[in-house]
Amino acid sequence: MSRSSSRIDTKKVNSELVTLTYGALVAQMIKDLDNADDVSKQLERLGYNMGIRIVEDFLSKTGSGRCLDLKDTADKVQMAFKMYLGVQPNVANWSAAGDEFSFILDSNPLTELVELPDDLKNLKYCNIICGVLRGALEMVHLDVQSWIVQDQLKGDSNTEIRLKFIRRLEDSIPAGED
Amino acid sequence: MSLSNRPKTSILDKPLSKGKGEVSLSCFALLFSEVVQYSQNKSSTVPELQNRLHSLGYNVGSKIIDLYFVRERNAKREIKLLNILLFIKSTLWKALFGREAEKLEHSNDDENTYYLMEKEPLVNKFISVPRDKGSLNCAIFIAGIIESVLTGTGFAAKVTAHWHKGTTYMVKFDESVVARDKQLEDK
Repeated sequence: MSRSSSRIDTKKVNSELVTLTYGALVAQMIKDLDNADDVSKQLERLGYNMGIRIVEDFLSKTGSGRCLDLKDTADKVQMAFKMYLGVQPNVANWSAAGDEFSFILDSNPLTELVELPDDLKNLKYCNIICGVLRGALEMVHLDVQSWIVQDQLKGDSNTEIRLKFIRRLEDSIPAGED
Repeated sequence: MSLSNRPKTSILDKPLSKGKGEVSLSCFALLFSEVVQYSQNKSSTVPELQNRLHSLGYNVGSKIIDLYFVRERNAKREIKLLNILLFIKSTLWKALFGREAEKLEHSNDDENTYYLMEKEPLVNKFISVPRDKGSLNCAIFIAGIIESVLTGTGFAAKVTAHWHKGTTYMVKFDESVVARDKQLEDK
Protein backbone atom coordinates (compact mmCIF):
# COMPACT_ATOMS: atom_id res chain seq x y z
CA MET A 1 0.00 0.00 0.00
CA SER A 2 3.03 2.21 -0.15
CA ARG A 3 2.31 3.58 -3.59
CA SER A 4 0.72 6.96 -3.65
CA SER A 5 -2.46 7.34 -5.61
CA SER A 6 -0.92 9.92 -7.88
CA ARG A 7 1.10 7.20 -9.52
CA ILE A 8 -1.94 5.23 -10.56
CA ASP A 9 -1.84 4.57 -14.25
CA THR A 10 0.36 6.80 -16.28
CA LYS A 11 0.33 5.98 -19.98
CA LYS A 12 -2.62 6.98 -22.09
CA VAL A 13 -3.49 6.66 -25.73
CA ASN A 14 -5.94 8.50 -27.93
CA SER A 15 -9.36 6.98 -27.43
CA GLU A 16 -10.18 7.21 -31.13
CA LEU A 17 -7.39 4.78 -31.90
CA VAL A 18 -9.13 2.29 -29.64
CA THR A 19 -12.58 3.11 -30.99
CA LEU A 20 -11.51 2.65 -34.59
CA THR A 21 -9.41 -0.44 -33.97
CA TYR A 22 -12.30 -2.04 -32.15
CA GLY A 23 -14.68 -0.97 -34.90
CA ALA A 24 -12.45 -2.50 -37.57
CA LEU A 25 -12.27 -5.72 -35.57
CA VAL A 26 -16.03 -5.97 -35.16
CA ALA A 27 -16.57 -5.23 -38.85
CA GLN A 28 -14.09 -7.95 -39.77
CA MET A 29 -15.79 -10.44 -37.45
CA ILE A 30 -19.12 -9.73 -39.04
CA LYS A 31 -17.57 -10.49 -42.41
CA ASP A 32 -16.00 -13.69 -41.06
CA LEU A 33 -18.89 -15.05 -39.04
CA ASP A 34 -21.85 -13.61 -40.87
CA ASN A 35 -24.15 -13.83 -37.87
CA ALA A 36 -24.66 -11.11 -35.28
CA ASP A 37 -25.24 -13.56 -32.41
CA ASP A 38 -22.01 -15.41 -33.07
CA VAL A 39 -20.14 -12.11 -33.22
CA SER A 40 -21.63 -11.03 -29.89
CA LYS A 41 -20.53 -14.32 -28.37
CA GLN A 42 -17.05 -14.04 -29.81
CA LEU A 43 -16.72 -10.47 -28.54
CA GLU A 44 -17.61 -11.65 -25.07
CA ARG A 45 -14.89 -14.28 -25.32
CA LEU A 46 -12.29 -11.72 -26.45
CA GLY A 47 -13.30 -9.54 -23.53
CA TYR A 48 -12.90 -12.48 -21.19
CA ASN A 49 -9.32 -12.98 -22.42
CA MET A 50 -8.62 -9.31 -21.83
CA GLY A 51 -10.24 -9.42 -18.40
CA ILE A 52 -8.11 -12.22 -17.04
CA ARG A 53 -5.03 -10.20 -17.89
CA ILE A 54 -6.24 -6.71 -17.07
CA VAL A 55 -7.02 -7.59 -13.48
CA GLU A 56 -3.35 -8.07 -12.70
CA ASP A 57 -2.56 -4.71 -14.19
CA PHE A 58 -5.28 -3.22 -12.02
CA LEU A 59 -4.08 -4.88 -8.82
CA SER A 60 -0.47 -3.92 -9.39
CA LYS A 61 -1.27 -0.32 -10.22
CA THR A 62 -3.76 0.31 -7.44
CA GLY A 63 -2.35 -2.04 -4.82
CA SER A 64 -5.92 -2.68 -3.74
CA GLY A 65 -6.66 -5.50 -1.33
CA ARG A 66 -9.52 -7.91 -0.89
CA CYS A 67 -13.10 -6.82 -1.32
CA LEU A 68 -15.28 -7.21 1.73
CA ASP A 69 -18.56 -7.47 -0.11
CA LEU A 70 -20.10 -7.02 -3.52
CA LYS A 71 -20.56 -3.29 -2.89
CA ASP A 72 -16.85 -3.00 -2.43
CA THR A 73 -16.32 -4.91 -5.66
CA ALA A 74 -18.69 -2.59 -7.48
CA ASP A 75 -16.71 0.44 -6.30
CA LYS A 76 -13.47 -1.06 -7.48
CA VAL A 77 -14.84 -2.01 -10.86
CA GLN A 78 -16.17 1.50 -11.15
CA MET A 79 -12.66 2.77 -10.53
CA ALA A 80 -11.30 0.35 -13.12
CA PHE A 81 -13.71 1.75 -15.72
CA LYS A 82 -12.30 5.20 -15.01
CA MET A 83 -8.73 3.93 -15.24
CA TYR A 84 -9.08 1.97 -18.45
CA LEU A 85 -11.83 3.62 -20.43
CA GLY A 86 -11.65 7.10 -18.95
CA VAL A 87 -15.35 7.15 -18.12
CA GLN A 88 -16.95 6.74 -14.74
CA PRO A 89 -20.17 4.74 -14.67
CA ASN A 90 -22.79 5.03 -11.96
CA VAL A 91 -23.47 1.99 -9.87
CA ALA A 92 -27.21 1.61 -9.53
CA ASN A 93 -30.29 -0.61 -9.54
CA TRP A 94 -29.25 -3.01 -6.79
CA SER A 95 -31.48 -6.04 -6.48
CA ALA A 96 -33.21 -6.64 -3.16
CA ALA A 97 -30.94 -9.57 -2.40
CA GLY A 98 -27.89 -7.43 -3.06
CA ASP A 99 -26.40 -9.85 -5.55
CA GLU A 100 -27.14 -7.94 -8.73
CA PHE A 101 -26.50 -4.38 -9.89
CA SER A 102 -25.87 -2.22 -12.92
CA PHE A 103 -23.16 0.03 -14.26
CA ILE A 104 -24.68 2.96 -16.07
CA LEU A 105 -22.55 4.75 -18.63
CA ASP A 106 -23.46 8.15 -20.07
CA SER A 107 -20.77 7.89 -22.66
CA ASN A 108 -18.58 5.12 -23.84
CA PRO A 109 -15.43 5.54 -25.89
CA LEU A 110 -16.09 2.25 -27.68
CA THR A 111 -19.25 3.57 -29.27
CA GLU A 112 -18.09 7.05 -30.26
CA LEU A 113 -18.41 7.46 -34.05
CA VAL A 114 -20.38 4.23 -34.23
CA GLU A 115 -23.73 3.66 -35.84
CA LEU A 116 -25.36 0.26 -36.12
CA PRO A 117 -26.96 -0.48 -39.48
CA ASP A 118 -30.56 -1.68 -39.38
CA ASP A 119 -29.71 -5.28 -40.23
CA LEU A 120 -27.40 -5.57 -37.23
CA LYS A 121 -29.79 -4.31 -34.60
CA ASN A 122 -29.35 -7.45 -32.52
CA LEU A 123 -25.57 -7.16 -32.40
CA LYS A 124 -24.31 -6.60 -28.86
CA TYR A 125 -21.56 -4.22 -29.86
CA CYS A 126 -20.31 -3.63 -26.33
CA ASN A 127 -20.36 -7.26 -25.27
CA ILE A 128 -16.60 -7.10 -24.95
CA ILE A 129 -17.09 -5.11 -21.73
CA CYS A 130 -19.27 -7.88 -20.28
CA GLY A 131 -16.50 -10.31 -21.13
CA VAL A 132 -13.87 -8.17 -19.46
CA LEU A 133 -15.97 -8.02 -16.28
CA ARG A 134 -16.48 -11.77 -16.24
CA GLY A 135 -12.81 -12.52 -16.90
CA ALA A 136 -11.43 -10.02 -14.42
CA LEU A 137 -13.75 -11.05 -11.60
CA GLU A 138 -13.17 -14.73 -12.21
CA MET A 139 -9.50 -14.13 -11.53
CA VAL A 140 -10.39 -12.81 -8.09
CA HIS A 141 -12.63 -15.80 -7.42
CA LEU A 142 -15.96 -14.29 -8.25
CA ASP A 143 -18.16 -16.12 -10.69
CA VAL A 144 -20.43 -13.52 -12.27
CA GLN A 145 -22.77 -13.13 -15.18
CA SER A 146 -22.91 -9.92 -17.11
CA TRP A 147 -25.15 -8.64 -19.88
CA ILE A 148 -26.28 -5.46 -21.58
CA VAL A 149 -29.65 -4.08 -20.58
CA GLN A 150 -29.71 -0.75 -22.35
CA ASP A 151 -27.60 0.32 -25.26
CA GLN A 152 -27.05 3.84 -26.61
CA LEU A 153 -26.42 2.39 -30.04
CA LYS A 154 -30.00 1.17 -30.04
CA GLY A 155 -31.45 4.51 -29.08
CA ASP A 156 -31.44 4.19 -25.28
CA SER A 157 -30.38 7.28 -23.36
CA ASN A 158 -27.49 5.49 -21.68
CA THR A 159 -25.75 2.18 -21.67
CA GLU A 160 -26.57 -0.14 -18.80
CA ILE A 161 -24.47 -3.18 -18.04
CA ARG A 162 -25.94 -5.60 -15.54
CA LEU A 163 -23.80 -7.76 -13.32
CA LYS A 164 -25.01 -10.73 -11.28
CA PHE A 165 -23.02 -12.52 -8.64
CA ILE A 166 -23.32 -16.29 -9.00
CA ARG A 167 -20.95 -17.82 -6.50
CA ARG A 168 -17.57 -17.55 -4.96
CA LEU A 169 -14.99 -19.77 -6.64
CA GLU A 170 -12.80 -22.03 -4.58
CA ASP A 171 -9.09 -22.27 -5.16
CA SER A 172 -8.49 -24.57 -8.03
CA ILE A 173 -5.41 -26.46 -9.10
CA PRO A 174 -3.56 -24.65 -11.88
CA ALA A 175 -4.25 -26.08 -15.30
CA GLY A 176 -2.02 -28.98 -16.21
CA GLU A 177 -1.20 -29.96 -12.65
CA ASP A 178 -4.05 -32.28 -11.82
CA MET B 1 -42.57 -4.00 -39.58
CA SER B 2 -42.49 -0.33 -38.85
CA LEU B 3 -39.61 2.02 -39.35
CA SER B 4 -40.29 3.88 -36.15
CA ASN B 5 -37.60 2.24 -34.05
CA ARG B 6 -34.89 4.19 -35.82
CA PRO B 7 -33.18 6.48 -33.27
CA LYS B 8 -34.27 10.07 -33.50
CA THR B 9 -30.81 11.52 -33.53
CA SER B 10 -28.33 9.99 -35.89
CA ILE B 11 -24.60 10.19 -35.50
CA LEU B 12 -24.51 13.12 -37.93
CA ASP B 13 -26.74 15.24 -35.70
CA LYS B 14 -24.15 15.23 -32.96
CA PRO B 15 -21.28 17.70 -33.00
CA LEU B 16 -17.92 16.23 -33.96
CA SER B 17 -15.90 15.48 -30.85
CA LYS B 18 -12.58 17.21 -30.36
CA GLY B 19 -10.83 13.86 -30.28
CA LYS B 20 -9.12 14.63 -27.01
CA GLY B 21 -10.48 11.58 -25.20
CA GLU B 22 -7.98 9.21 -23.71
CA VAL B 23 -8.00 5.63 -22.57
CA SER B 24 -5.33 3.65 -20.84
CA LEU B 25 -2.49 2.17 -22.85
CA SER B 26 -3.03 -1.21 -21.18
CA CYS B 27 -6.53 -1.21 -22.55
CA PHE B 28 -5.30 -0.62 -26.09
CA ALA B 29 -2.46 -3.10 -25.73
CA LEU B 30 -4.80 -5.86 -24.59
CA LEU B 31 -7.29 -5.05 -27.30
CA PHE B 32 -4.60 -5.13 -29.95
CA SER B 33 -3.33 -8.39 -28.57
CA GLU B 34 -6.81 -9.84 -29.05
CA VAL B 35 -6.91 -8.41 -32.55
CA VAL B 36 -3.66 -10.20 -33.39
CA GLN B 37 -4.79 -13.45 -31.77
CA TYR B 38 -8.10 -13.37 -33.54
CA SER B 39 -6.39 -12.74 -36.88
CA GLN B 40 -3.89 -15.47 -36.17
CA ASN B 41 -6.63 -17.99 -35.48
CA LYS B 42 -8.16 -17.14 -38.81
CA SER B 43 -4.99 -17.56 -40.81
CA SER B 44 -2.56 -20.40 -41.32
CA THR B 45 0.52 -18.60 -42.58
CA VAL B 46 2.44 -15.48 -41.60
CA PRO B 47 1.68 -13.64 -44.87
CA GLU B 48 -2.00 -14.38 -44.39
CA LEU B 49 -1.86 -12.97 -40.86
CA GLN B 50 -0.03 -9.89 -42.16
CA ASN B 51 -2.70 -9.40 -44.81
CA ARG B 52 -5.43 -9.57 -42.21
CA LEU B 53 -3.75 -7.02 -39.95
CA HIS B 54 -3.06 -4.83 -42.96
CA SER B 55 -6.68 -4.86 -44.01
CA LEU B 56 -7.87 -4.07 -40.47
CA GLY B 57 -5.54 -1.09 -40.49
CA TYR B 58 -6.88 -0.15 -43.90
CA ASN B 59 -10.38 0.05 -42.44
CA VAL B 60 -9.17 2.27 -39.62
CA GLY B 61 -7.39 4.55 -42.09
CA SER B 62 -10.41 5.03 -44.28
CA LYS B 63 -12.36 6.36 -41.29
CA ILE B 64 -9.59 8.67 -40.25
CA ILE B 65 -9.25 10.61 -43.52
CA ASP B 66 -12.40 12.67 -43.24
CA LEU B 67 -12.22 12.89 -39.49
CA TYR B 68 -8.75 14.41 -39.43
CA PHE B 69 -9.05 16.60 -42.48
CA VAL B 70 -12.22 18.16 -41.13
CA ARG B 71 -10.82 18.55 -37.65
CA GLU B 72 -7.24 19.60 -38.34
CA ARG B 73 -7.27 21.06 -41.81
CA ASN B 74 -10.59 22.79 -42.10
CA ALA B 75 -11.74 20.14 -44.58
CA LYS B 76 -9.03 21.04 -47.09
CA ARG B 77 -7.27 18.07 -48.66
CA GLU B 78 -3.64 18.00 -49.74
CA ILE B 79 -2.75 17.84 -53.42
CA LYS B 80 1.05 17.66 -53.20
CA LEU B 81 2.81 14.42 -52.56
CA LEU B 82 5.31 15.76 -50.08
CA ASN B 83 2.61 17.58 -48.14
CA ILE B 84 0.46 14.51 -47.69
CA LEU B 85 3.50 12.61 -46.45
CA LEU B 86 4.25 15.37 -43.97
CA PHE B 87 0.61 15.37 -42.94
CA ILE B 88 0.94 11.69 -42.10
CA LYS B 89 4.27 12.07 -40.40
CA SER B 90 3.22 14.92 -38.14
CA THR B 91 -0.49 15.65 -37.89
CA LEU B 92 -1.83 12.12 -38.18
CA TRP B 93 0.91 10.54 -36.10
CA LYS B 94 0.52 13.10 -33.36
CA ALA B 95 -3.21 12.67 -33.19
CA LEU B 96 -3.08 8.88 -33.18
CA PHE B 97 0.06 8.12 -31.24
CA GLY B 98 0.81 11.35 -29.38
CA ARG B 99 4.09 12.11 -31.15
CA GLU B 100 5.50 12.58 -34.63
CA ALA B 101 7.01 9.73 -36.58
CA GLU B 102 10.75 9.90 -36.30
CA LYS B 103 12.03 10.08 -39.85
CA LEU B 104 10.85 10.47 -43.38
CA GLU B 105 13.29 9.66 -46.16
CA HIS B 106 13.24 9.54 -49.92
CA SER B 107 14.81 6.43 -51.40
CA ASN B 108 18.06 6.97 -53.31
CA ASP B 109 17.43 4.20 -55.80
CA ASP B 110 13.79 4.60 -56.59
CA GLU B 111 12.04 7.93 -56.81
CA ASN B 112 8.64 6.35 -56.21
CA THR B 113 9.65 5.06 -52.82
CA TYR B 114 9.68 6.79 -49.46
CA TYR B 115 10.50 5.48 -46.01
CA LEU B 116 8.85 6.42 -42.77
CA MET B 117 10.72 5.24 -39.70
CA GLU B 118 9.82 4.69 -36.13
CA LYS B 119 11.93 3.12 -33.43
CA GLU B 120 9.17 1.61 -31.40
CA PRO B 121 5.65 1.67 -32.80
CA LEU B 122 2.96 1.79 -30.15
CA VAL B 123 1.45 -1.48 -31.33
CA ASN B 124 4.73 -3.38 -31.00
CA LYS B 125 5.47 -2.21 -27.50
CA PHE B 126 4.14 -5.31 -25.79
CA ILE B 127 4.58 -7.80 -28.58
CA SER B 128 7.39 -10.30 -28.65
CA VAL B 129 7.62 -12.11 -31.94
CA PRO B 130 8.17 -15.87 -31.72
CA ARG B 131 11.35 -17.16 -33.36
CA ASP B 132 9.59 -19.12 -36.04
CA LYS B 133 7.69 -16.02 -37.15
CA GLY B 134 10.70 -13.72 -37.35
CA SER B 135 9.46 -11.77 -40.34
CA LEU B 136 6.16 -10.86 -38.71
CA ASN B 137 5.86 -7.22 -37.81
CA CYS B 138 2.49 -6.33 -36.32
CA ALA B 139 3.08 -2.70 -37.29
CA ILE B 140 1.76 -3.89 -40.64
CA PHE B 141 -1.51 -2.75 -39.06
CA ILE B 142 -0.17 0.81 -39.09
CA ALA B 143 1.11 0.32 -42.63
CA GLY B 144 -2.50 -0.48 -43.51
CA ILE B 145 -3.62 2.80 -41.97
CA ILE B 146 -1.03 4.76 -43.99
CA GLU B 147 -1.86 2.98 -47.23
CA SER B 148 -5.53 3.67 -46.76
CA VAL B 149 -5.02 7.36 -46.02
CA LEU B 150 -2.73 7.80 -49.04
CA THR B 151 -4.94 5.86 -51.40
CA GLY B 152 -8.08 7.53 -50.09
CA THR B 153 -6.67 11.01 -50.68
CA GLY B 154 -5.71 10.22 -54.27
CA PHE B 155 -2.12 9.08 -53.84
CA ALA B 156 -2.30 5.43 -54.75
CA ALA B 157 0.46 3.57 -52.96
CA LYS B 158 1.44 0.28 -51.41
CA VAL B 159 2.71 0.44 -47.86
CA THR B 160 4.51 -2.35 -46.03
CA ALA B 161 6.23 -2.63 -42.65
CA HIS B 162 9.76 -3.96 -42.18
CA TRP B 163 12.22 -4.55 -39.37
CA HIS B 164 14.88 -1.99 -40.13
CA LYS B 165 16.15 0.59 -37.61
CA GLY B 166 13.16 -0.25 -35.48
CA THR B 167 10.26 -0.35 -37.87
CA THR B 168 10.38 1.15 -41.34
CA TYR B 169 7.28 1.67 -43.40
CA MET B 170 8.03 1.44 -47.08
CA VAL B 171 5.74 3.63 -49.13
CA LYS B 172 5.78 2.79 -52.82
CA PHE B 173 3.74 5.23 -54.87
CA ASP B 174 2.09 4.37 -58.10
CA GLU B 175 4.05 5.76 -61.07
CA SER B 176 1.14 7.91 -62.16
CA VAL B 177 1.06 9.65 -58.78
CA VAL B 178 4.69 10.69 -59.01
CA ALA B 179 4.28 11.77 -62.64
CA ARG B 180 1.28 13.90 -61.72
CA ASP B 181 3.19 15.49 -58.87
CA LYS B 182 5.98 16.44 -61.26
CA GLN B 183 3.54 18.11 -63.61
CA LEU B 184 2.21 20.08 -60.70
CA GLU B 185 5.70 21.28 -59.90
CA ASP B 186 6.45 22.32 -63.46
CA LYS B 187 3.57 24.72 -63.57
